[in-house]
Amino acid sequence: MKLSILVYGSPNGSQAAATAYRFTKAALEKGHEIYRVFFYGDGVYAASALNTPPQDEQDLSSLWRELGEQHNLDMVVCIAAALKRGVLDPGEAKRFEKSAHNLSAGFTLSGLGQMMDASQQSDRMITFGY
Amino acid sequence: MILHTVNKSPHTSNCLQSCLRTLSDQDALLLIEDGVYAADNHYANQTEALGEEITLYVLKADVDARGLQNRLSSRFQVIDDAAFVDLCVQYPKTQSWY
Repeated sequence: MKLSILVYGSPNGSQAAATAYRFTKAALEKGHEIYRVFFYGDGVYAASALNTPPQDEQDLSSLWRELGEQHNLDMVVCIAAALKRGVLDPGEAKRFEKSAHNLSAGFTLSGLGQMMDASQQSDRMITFGY
Repeated sequence: MILHTVNKSPHTSNCLQSCLRTLSDQDALLLIEDGVYAADNHYANQTEALGEEITLYVLKADVDARGLQNRLSSRFQVIDDAAFVDLCVQYPKTQSWY
């Protein structure tokens, strides 16, 4: 079945990113297709390459990046939610004349249209709230 | 037929209350994250009062993380992540309460 995942919670302030990660992994192991993972609101913090959690904590940014690479996942980050939280790709950093960019490999900045598209194209859309 | 997930403790949020008001026969309720506290047998009178047509589940990883293994109401079935995926496939819609 074609599934999409919607993540609303930050890796630090909520369990959403962790639960969504486990769910996505379980769905892939069962042979389902993940059409898209969409990060919205504080969920965008998972896409920052600069997150550096202590060694005894789960590094969800790296876990998502690795899962995305392994399965070629379409991991889309809401651009408006990302920019206001300081998660930028090289193009946006240049456009807003910022000194650095930090969007983790495997993630793409895009609009809410991608979330609508996911809900239309997928058999199921599962939301992981903050 | 809707699968409802609740991820907040009934002691800190009214998520579960809102969910219970909308539950219909043939729906299922899955407690995840801090939501699993509602399956504690000392506090489960509200969920235990639901009709047998409504199936109640609780996510194993979150139960284990909170040490609730031996305190669960018998109405709840403990399921793993793979079974969570199966439920999302089985039920045509999933409603998340958070």
